Amino acid sequence: MAKGLLARKLGMTQVFNPDGTTAAVTVLEAGPCRVLGLRTPEKDGYAAARLVFGTAQRRRLTKPRAGEFRKAGIEPGLKVAEVRDFEAQVGQEITCAIFSEGELVDVAGTSKGKGFQGMVRRWGFGRGPETHGSMNVRKPGSIGATDAARVFKGLHMAGHMGAVRRTVQALRVLKVDPERNLLLVHGSVPGPRGGIVMVRGSVKQKAKK
Amino acid sequence: MNVIDQLEREQKKESVPELRPGDTVRVYAKVVEGTRERIQAFEGVVIRVAGSGLRRSLTVRRVTHGVGVERTFLVHSPRVEKIDVVRHGQVRQARLYYLRGRTGRAARLRERRDEGGGSRVAGRRARTEAHAQEGDEE
Repeated sequence: MAKGLLARKLGMTQVFNPDGTTAAVTVLEAGPCRVLGLRTPEKDGYAAARLVFGTAQRRRLTKPRAGEFRKAGIEPGLKVAEVRDFEAQVGQEITCAIFSEGELVDVAGTSKGKGFQGMVRRWGFGRGPETHGSMNVRKPGSIGATDAARVFKGLHMAGHMGAVRRTVQALRVLKVDPERNLLLVHGSVPGPRGGIVMVRGSVKQKAKK
Repeated sequence: MNVIDQLEREQKKESVPELRPGDTVRVYAKVVEGTRERIQAFEGVVIRVAGSGLRRSLTVRRVTHGVGVERTFLVHSPRVEKIDVVRHGQVRQARLYYLRGRTGRAARLRERRDEGGGSRVAGRRARTEAHAQEGDEE
C-alpha cells in the first residue's frame, strides 16, 4: 500500500551514527495530516487519499475549498495534496508514525528558484577562455547546423532555473519522533526552509534493515 | 525554541571540559578490534579546535617513536568516551601548526598561569586589575 504525508522542511543538521561517523539529515515537521476525502476508482477513475496539512484562516479559503472542509468536518488547512492508492478514512489523522526508522522514502517539493541563469549554471556548459583576445566567456556558441534551417526543440539555452517540482528518491529515514512530529531523513530535500514537501514511501527497493 | 537547535542540544554531551589550543589532553576513544570494542587513550597537544556546538572537533598531536601522529576527534561523538585535560599550555596562536616543524625542547609549551579561572577575558581582566593596584600603591 502506498503511503505518504505532507511535511514542512525545517532545515538541515547532522546526527551521529553508532559507528561515530556523522550523517547529514534534513529535519521535516511531518504531519499531522488530516484526510479530507477519498478518490475512488468508481467515481474518479483512480484511488487516492486527499490530505490536508497545517492550519489556515477561514477567511483565506476559497468558497469551494471551505465547502470541502465543512463537508468532511475537519479543520481547514494550508495545503491539500493527494496520495495515490493510500487507504485511509475521511477525517483520519495521519502522523509521521506511518514511517519507521531505516525505511526509504521519496520526497517531492518545489526546488529553490534560481532566477534567469545562463547555460554555464543552468546546464553545466563549459566556458571559453577569459584571455588571449577571447570574446566568448559564457556565451552559448553554436545552436545548431545551418542545414537544419531551424533550432531544434529542447535545445539547452539560458532561461529560468529552479522553482519546479522535484522528487528526491530513496532517502533513508534515520529518525521518527511521533511526539514532536519530526522525521529526519538522510540527505537533502528540494526547496527552502519552511517549504512544504510531500513524503511518500519510496518506489525504489525497500530498505534492508 | 528552534527545533534544529533543540535536536543538536540533545546530541551534545552534558559536560565537556574547557578545551583550548595548547592544552595537553587525554582522549578516551572507543576502537573496534575485530569483533570487540575497547577504549583507547590518546594523549597529546591540542593543535586546533575547529567548529562549534555539536560539530566542534579537536586535532591532537603527539610524537611517538619519532613519528608525529595527529588525530582529529569530534568532541560530541559517541565514540569519544571522555576527554581529560592534563595541563594547560600558554600559546599565542589559535592553530599550532608550527609545532609540526619542531621536535624535542623546541616543541614544548609553557604552562599557562591561570589568573581568573581559565577564561582568557577573565585572565586579562585579572592582570589589568593587578596592574591598576600596583599603580595605586606607587
